[in-house]
Amino acid sequence: MKTTTTLITASVCTTALAWSASPLADDDFITLASTTSTENSGLFDAIIPTFTEATGIDVRVVAVGTGQAFEIGRRGDADSLLVHDTAGEEQFVADGYATERLDVMYNDFVIVGPSDDPAGISDSESVADAFARIAESGSPFASRGDDSGTNRAELRLWEDAGVTPQGDWYRELGSGMGPTLNTAAGMDAYTFTDRATWVAFDNPQNLTLLFEGDEALFNQYGSLLLSEERHPHLKHDLAAQWHQWLVSEEGQQAIADFEVGGQQLFFPNAK
Amino acid sequence: MNAPLTTSSFTSQADVPALHFQQASFTHRGHALLVPTTLTLSGCQRTLIMGPNGAGKSLFMRLAHGLLRPSSGHVSWEGVPPVQAMVFQRPVLLRRSVIDNLIYALAVKRVPRRERKALAWQALEKFGLAALAKRPARVLSGGEQQRLTLARAWLLTPSVLFLDEPTSALDPAAIKAVEDAVNEFHQSGTRIVMTTHDLHQAKRLADDVLFMYGGQVLEHTSAERFFDTPTSSQARAFIRGELVW
Amino acid sequence: MSASDNPFYTALALILGMDSDLIDIVVLSLQVSLVAVLIASALALPVGAALALWRFPGRNGLIVVLNALMGLPPVVAGLCVYLLLSRAGPLGSFGLLFTPSAMVIAQVILVFPIIAALTRQQVEALQHEYAEQLRSLGLTQLRMMPTLLWDARFGLLTVILAGFGRASAEVGAVMIVGGNIDGVTRVMTTSIVLETSKGDLPLALGLGIVLLTLVTLINALAHAVSEAAKRRLG
Repeated sequence: MKTTTTLITASVCTTALAWSASPLADDDFITLASTTSTENSGLFDAIIPTFTEATGIDVRVVAVGTGQAFEIGRRGDADSLLVHDTAGEEQFVADGYATERLDVMYNDFVIVGPSDDPAGISDSESVADAFARIAESGSPFASRGDDSGTNRAELRLWEDAGVTPQGDWYRELGSGMGPTLNTAAGMDAYTFTDRATWVAFDNPQNLTLLFEGDEALFNQYGSLLLSEERHPHLKHDLAAQWHQWLVSEEGQQAIADFEVGGQQLFFPNAK
Repeated sequence: MNAPLTTSSFTSQADVPALHFQQASFTHRGHALLVPTTLTLSGCQRTLIMGPNGAGKSLFMRLAHGLLRPSSGHVSWEGVPPVQAMVFQRPVLLRRSVIDNLIYALAVKRVPRRERKALAWQALEKFGLAALAKRPARVLSGGEQQRLTLARAWLLTPSVLFLDEPTSALDPAAIKAVEDAVNEFHQSGTRIVMTTHDLHQAKRLADDVLFMYGGQVLEHTSAERFFDTPTSSQARAFIRGELVW
Repeated sequence: MSASDNPFYTALALILGMDSDLIDIVVLSLQVSLVAVLIASALALPVGAALALWRFPGRNGLIVVLNALMGLPPVVAGLCVYLLLSRAGPLGSFGLLFTPSAMVIAQVILVFPIIAALTRQQVEALQHEYAEQLRSLGLTQLRMMPTLLWDARFGLLTVILAGFGRASAEVGAVMIVGGNIDGVTRVMTTSIVLETSKGDLPLALGLGIVLLTLVTLINALAHAVSEAAKRRLG
């Protein structure tokens, strides 16, 4: 038993030492609340090292839905936000939680579904048309249903299509993009996804990309500079560097250089 | 070592205070397990509590030792309560080695740490357990376990030693060892209070006898008188072996 | 199924590859869960023993609550800790959210009821056997506590392992309060969730196999230590 006690004491001590020596102890990092689409596609793994090299600042990404990211920002639990719900972001600024919102990049949403395309959406004229065809055919559709940026965009498109999405065929999953894709693949359903997550997704099974290219599918990402007044404890100086870097030539180039399988996933469009 | 009834019986020894039961009773869920009882245990004789099963022997001991409080009346020592120890029917030993069980008792008694080991070894030698010192206490045989509880009690140097049917599960050799130990305690000036339902054992050990029946103390008298001329019919039946326990 | 699609192959490759990211994740997982279990034990063992030893008004209610909290959903525990540690919360000024310390706190909350409730039960069982002897020796309840905890040690080891199992297996709480930050708060279970959401199911399952292997090893170690001690001490 004595050896056990010694072992335990030793492990606690090393842990305490390890944690105090870890990057936790120094302050050269910011916490970024962002979306699962950016994290899951691997974008951050590609661009953050470039930023860290240039500035010595590490970026710790907490990847959540856009709705939760806003909540984290409102509570002052992250130093910076990078999300994709322009209307929500502007409201966030208007509410005084952020002082500035900048366009950073965009990608687009696509509709994926079973490769035999039972609703026949692949030759739709518009995304509204495609959504209407899905609703008409009653083919299963998997919705995130989690108040994320993607979910909000999807709901706006149903509205544009003049369809109230409800019924047996419309399945609200309350999950992130990845789990939603897994579920859609499992039940051979249509779903609405951002292109980045789709391209980086490894478990498509029978799913295939069926509809893309409508301007309404444009998916804009914005960076928010949080209010110093609201949350004076945040690392505003470091966060401002990140915010500026994203829209700088160097940051925009890093975003453009990020590819998965030879395909560019995010398109820088800072003004 | 079977000490005969000597003149020492009933000669009160000054350093063992008397224990008084004053109208002490015990009731559990409406059942009177001990009717109000008044008596005094004094001196350093060997008191054997006898009676059939369910007579209230163990209960009486627990009240005397202070493990239970009477429902009414008082159980009190004259003056400062003396050092006491108790040996139970089923030995209760800690999940440690034989010697650690003894060292534990010394620690409880707040014996200085550096003296504990030597004292424990003395007790082991005395009770013939030295060879088993490092063995886990709970794998010992029943007889060895009971000897260990006696050794533990010995280390507490009690003025009063309570034993609750200490030999009921033991073989004759082990019984002999326990009885020898009881006599050793007695000779070193310890009052013995012991329950048994073994008449022969009672005859071998008792200076005086407390006979219980149905939650009542029917007799409290010298062993000689109890075995020769019991006053209650129950005691007579018990001695004749007619009261099955 | 190709070799790279086989989760067992993936698990083996992960273990043999000694990938430094994986090692960091494994080490962090073990550190968080072990420290959480240690802190929870330090608090819950005495509390459980005290509940076994003392009778006081409200005791039964407390036992029922503790037993019920054994089933506390990790997400709820995580949410509570999140609200406590959030900058807008009462303990926000410590800046612990999204750190391993926050994960430890959440796991302590999850593990404490398990260890306390089961300790209460174990000590109470032992107390039935020991009570008269210990009181005969003149011990107060306070002094009985260490004796009973020590003598119940083999049963309590299993109790603590149950706590460790809960800590190492849960994902809901650490996900919320840790944030699954790469290299900082990413542990085995949150990695599994992440890889699942990326659709990399073989890797997710491979990580699961690695986690299970580790937990099995720790249990085997504890079992061996306990068996050896049992043989020695009875």
